[in-house]
Amino acid sequence: MPFGTACCAIEFMATAASRFDLARFGMERMSFSPRQADVLICAGRLPFKLAPVIRRIYDQMAQPKWVISMGACASTGGIFDTYAMVQGIDTVVPVDVYVPGCPPRPEGLLYGILMLQKKVRGETLADPSLRDEQPLDHRGLRLPPSVVDELSEPFGNSVHQTRSA
Amino acid sequence: MLKAKFAGAGAIIRAVESCGDSIVYVPASSLSEIMAFLKNAPEQTYDYLVDITAVEYRDPERPLEVVYELFSLQRRAQLRVKVELNKSEDLVVDSLVPLWNGANWLEREVFDMFGVVFTGHPDLRRILMWETYEEGHPLRKDFPLRGRFSRSEQVRQALNANPEAHYSLEELAIADVYHEVPADMRERLARGERDKVPDPESP
Repeated sequence: MPFGTACCAIEFMATAASRFDLARFGMERMSFSPRQADVLICAGRLPFKLAPVIRRIYDQMAQPKWVISMGACASTGGIFDTYAMVQGIDTVVPVDVYVPGCPPRPEGLLYGILMLQKKVRGETLADPSLRDEQPLDHRGLRLPPSVVDELSEPFGNSVHQTRSA
Repeated sequence: MLKAKFAGAGAIIRAVESCGDSIVYVPASSLSEIMAFLKNAPEQTYDYLVDITAVEYRDPERPLEVVYELFSLQRRAQLRVKVELNKSEDLVVDSLVPLWNGANWLEREVFDMFGVVFTGHPDLRRILMWETYEEGHPLRKDFPLRGRFSRSEQVRQALNANPEAHYSLEELAIADVYHEVPADMRERLARGERDKVPDPESP
């Protein structure tokens, strides 16, 4: 399930195209419906406006399911430390593999996918504790608020931010 | 400069030429009248509204400017009209939707980002930020870059948002799919489910 929102999606397409050829590893079937998808690859930054969308797509995917966060923006917010951007998609959906880079080279994404394959190989269906598919709590958050606030350190969150006039 | 007609009536505050562009400052009260003249008068024919935007300067004394880019397709002439709005008063200016339909979304964007209210606008809602967004107007100088709420509160509000509620009933009705959406979604849309997100921890 490719979830391409920015330039990482271009690199993702290059990964799938003939030069790097994702199909060598048996991962080539792009599923544009969450119902038939096993892996959600979030390629690119995620604004707050898209957070409920990716959450719903993740919820619609059949278990077992995994998530790859591709690129700096999806993993941490990247350079977009602003009012509109989710600071890492792991505050919204559980992430299995983070691929760093801005954008990552296709080799990097391939390596991330192979790492995920390795991880899947170590999992058993009998042991669900290996997989983090945590649902939303009563607040509608995946992580406790203190953890989410912690993620935006060391810069502190906006409440304490000042601006010179 | 082109505007000798209105200069006599005191409707032009000043006109300057900067970097080859003609810039005309007009008062907010006579904006729609001047714009109608610029659009319709045969010697003006500024028939194309290129853009509406706004500028707020770092100097708190300087007024906020709403900027209109006009272009005359016949004469290949360009004109920039600016309205200065004093920040100590309400930011209100006439809507240009009666003149140019394309002003609709441009004015919604200026409203969303700067909080300028366009009187007479048919549908003045936020356009880029979601409608339940209540941190303010992001491009104002007093708006902190990371937003006003803490990150956890922002994530909570985002995750509690209803994705379909980003679309207004009108937009879905235009899209022809309105009759195909499930009844419960239609009912939620009709209710206009874009109220404030309830905080489960507050009593």
